[in-house]
Amino acid sequence: MEQSKSTQSRRSFLKSSLLAGGGLMISFAWLPGVGLADTSKDVDPAEQWNELNGYIKISSDNIIRIFNPNPEFGQNVMTSLPMIIAEELEADWEKIVVEMGPHDNIKLGPQFTGGSNSVRMYWKPLREAGAAARHMLIQAAAQTWNVPMEEVTTKAGMLYHAKSGKSGTYGSFASKASGIPIPQGIKLKDVKNLNVVRNSKKNVEGSKIVSGKPLFGLDYKQEGMLIAMIQHPPAFGMKLQSFDASQALQMPGIKDVFTLELYEDGFEQGGFDTRTFNDLLVIVGNTTWKVMNARKKLIVQWEAAGDTKDTMGGRGAKREVIVPGELESTSTQFEKMQEYAKKPAQQLRKDGDPETAFKNAAQIIERTYNAPFLAHNCMEPMNFFAHVTDEKALLAGPLQAPGWTEPTLSKILKLPADKIEIQMTRMGGGFGRRAYGHYLSEAALISKKVKAPIKLIYTREDDMTYGIYRPMYTATYRAALDANKNLIAFHVKGGGIPEHAIHANRFPAGAVDNYLAEGWQIPSNITIGAFRAPRSNFNAAAEQSFLDELAEIMGKDPIDFRLELLKRAKENPVGKNNEYDPDRYAGILKLVKQKSGWGKPENKNRNRGVAAYFCHNSYAAHVVDMVMKNGHPFVESVYSAIDCGIVINPDAATNMVEGAVIDGIGNTLFGRLSHKDGVPEQNNFHSYRMIRHSEAPNKIEVHFVQNDIDPTGLGEPPFPPVFGAVANALYKTTNRRYYNQPFFEQALQSTNKPKIRRSIQ
Amino acid sequence: MLKLNINKKNYELNIDPDTPLLWVLRDVIGLVGTKYGCGVAQCGACVVHLNGEAVRSCVTKVSRAAGQQVVTIEGLSVNNDHPLQKAWLELDVSQCGYCQAGQIMSAAVLLNENKNPTDKDINNAMEGNICRCGTYLRIHQAIHLAAEIQRKGSK
Repeated sequence: MEQSKSTQSRRSFLKSSLLAGGGLMISFAWLPGVGLADTSKDVDPAEQWNELNGYIKISSDNIIRIFNPNPEFGQNVMTSLPMIIAEELEADWEKIVVEMGPHDNIKLGPQFTGGSNSVRMYWKPLREAGAAARHMLIQAAAQTWNVPMEEVTTKAGMLYHAKSGKSGTYGSFASKASGIPIPQGIKLKDVKNLNVVRNSKKNVEGSKIVSGKPLFGLDYKQEGMLIAMIQHPPAFGMKLQSFDASQALQMPGIKDVFTLELYEDGFEQGGFDTRTFNDLLVIVGNTTWKVMNARKKLIVQWEAAGDTKDTMGGRGAKREVIVPGELESTSTQFEKMQEYAKKPAQQLRKDGDPETAFKNAAQIIERTYNAPFLAHNCMEPMNFFAHVTDEKALLAGPLQAPGWTEPTLSKILKLPADKIEIQMTRMGGGFGRRAYGHYLSEAALISKKVKAPIKLIYTREDDMTYGIYRPMYTATYRAALDANKNLIAFHVKGGGIPEHAIHANRFPAGAVDNYLAEGWQIPSNITIGAFRAPRSNFNAAAEQSFLDELAEIMGKDPIDFRLELLKRAKENPVGKNNEYDPDRYAGILKLVKQKSGWGKPENKNRNRGVAAYFCHNSYAAHVVDMVMKNGHPFVESVYSAIDCGIVINPDAATNMVEGAVIDGIGNTLFGRLSHKDGVPEQNNFHSYRMIRHSEAPNKIEVHFVQNDIDPTGLGEPPFPPVFGAVANALYKTTNRRYYNQPFFEQALQSTNKPKIRRSIQ
Repeated sequence: MLKLNINKKNYELNIDPDTPLLWVLRDVIGLVGTKYGCGVAQCGACVVHLNGEAVRSCVTKVSRAAGQQVVTIEGLSVNNDHPLQKAWLELDVSQCGYCQAGQIMSAAVLLNENKNPTDKDINNAMEGNICRCGTYLRIHQAIHLAAEIQRKGSK
């Protein structure tokens, strides 16, 4: 048996999950009608459960426990990843218990939720784990029955030997099988024979969700746990000067107020150690409400932080980075972007001779697109439980990247990694925000300081105003046409605060003879990070609007125009390193064209917009039908075509695409986080508009390309092209092009009369 | 001493009467199915029933609930078999799931008052419940399905 790290022997793992029983029941009885293990019984887990590998344990009475390795934030990996194991294990899906696995990168792989990677990176290892365990069970049965392994067959958690008529459950051979070395290189099923995967399975935590069971980090509880909050500076670019806690400390239930330094000077930050504020003013008390109230009584003086220095480690060499101290405002940020856009930028890719082509062009089309910072607004605000002593640390809560955070914790707590246990709860959304574990590190330091179990809670205001936001972006697109309106050159120059969004090797790179991509960035103290494909969701708005406008000027159908370019990219690609597969790209466009009845006479009067995009290894296209409803633009229906390879759990995948469409419409029309002198101008949902029920489409029709390509990911890809499709549909609805997100208010100001075609119920 | 009846169970609490019901449920009683989302009655994650009406527990002082009937998601049904819970599972509505208790509690009041709601009725009743994952379409479908289950059940 493989050795796991010392804190995670199978005995201690189960024990630790039992310890959590009072507050958080991650395990067991989700499955109605199956008599599953009762956590209240004091059983010796080591004897009860036979571990075949890190993902699979089987009891002698044939209960199969599958451990989901990856954090769950709504992408449904808690169901889809175990499905992959069950497929090769030939287990009976209806009799499986799924549990969230412990954090153990040795036994359970990278355990990183993000980059649309969960299914993609686990597809092969989980199939192999299932197949290996099945092989071990067959071997155990063959030995016991004294028959050749080849003659033993399996079906739905049972082993059979046809010749002798012998049969037995997996459970009855699990003990013996667990002693067999894990075999390597077991042949996997032909994908044509998949029968668990590709069949919709219900969310294994569905029942718990609709009955209000404690699943989330904010629900986690331990005996003697205190509540902690941090009073952050009111503005980016400010820091704590002094404070008076005398009134707050007199409030009922308040234990302590103190300051903490998150990272010591010179701490080498990795890619996910992003944090805004390093000096933390912490208040600790015994209930959430008391701490919330007492925090208001803190008298705090803040001061401008000035330019500060961060030490970056991780990829590339160790380096010092100056974080500018300016108190930024959206208006000045915008002016600065316009100024930078005129300056020379870094060349990211060049094919042919774009300068000459533009010089010789009969017509040049130039458009500039802008988009604001976006806040993640996960419905569950940031929070984490921590119990840190001199010897060890237990942390529990919502987190996308435990493997990235553990080394940081190890450094700041000065504890070896095997003394740190991170339990991953279900997350109330993530969208990239919870890849940044600063709130977990903060919780750990607070617990260490107060020598008690604590839960750090961000209020909604804390969460929204201390963001690791989607950056503020701009891009100018230029196209050169010859006298016959052929596209002869394409140029994109993109910038952002504090980074640009340009993916230089993506479409239409490879499809145009003369191509230039450039990028620039403006340093800022506003922290940014992953946001459901942050760069792609901007590009898919800008580039896909630009292509739409271009097609119109060229007198071409927008889908046909894209297909022509993709044909060129396939048959005679320009340049090197083109990231996309032109066939798969064209495939989604053809599918969405067919399914939406694009160009059909009966759809002639619809205000339709189309967009397609490739990101994170998958392809997505949407056709959006828009109307004006009570003077507001309203997306009535959406047709989506997706190529993400093999779809593990079709209904859940459909749900995710529907969600991406709705989330995309919301962010395109309403999403904006602006600043005034460093202060975020939105701090809760009254000022940060989110899409609501009446603004969601009446219909979203999702179609997947059917192929046998290994899964390529789905969390992000359907999201970006929604932005472009909405922009293009808005043009059809209001006869105006939109270049600055969010679009909603501008669409209201449209001088065109609203066209109300049909009443919406 | 404040007397509360939550999910048909009586509690006597010595607590600041201004405390929002949400934090009494979550921190004091330990019923954490009711969620904190915004604290200012904007997102609906904290919706519970007060004498059958949908209220936002994050802005409802616990004193207002004294002596009244409070129902939370944990008390909506005994066996997770309220028509809405059945419909939610049948259509696999949830993604992250955090807002869903609030969505269901808002929908339950709607279904109590309107046995056959239109999409417009649903929009009106549910407009205060935000879902960042974007499950609105399935929520609509699930409310229609639950209405159907309810009508069949009452025949």
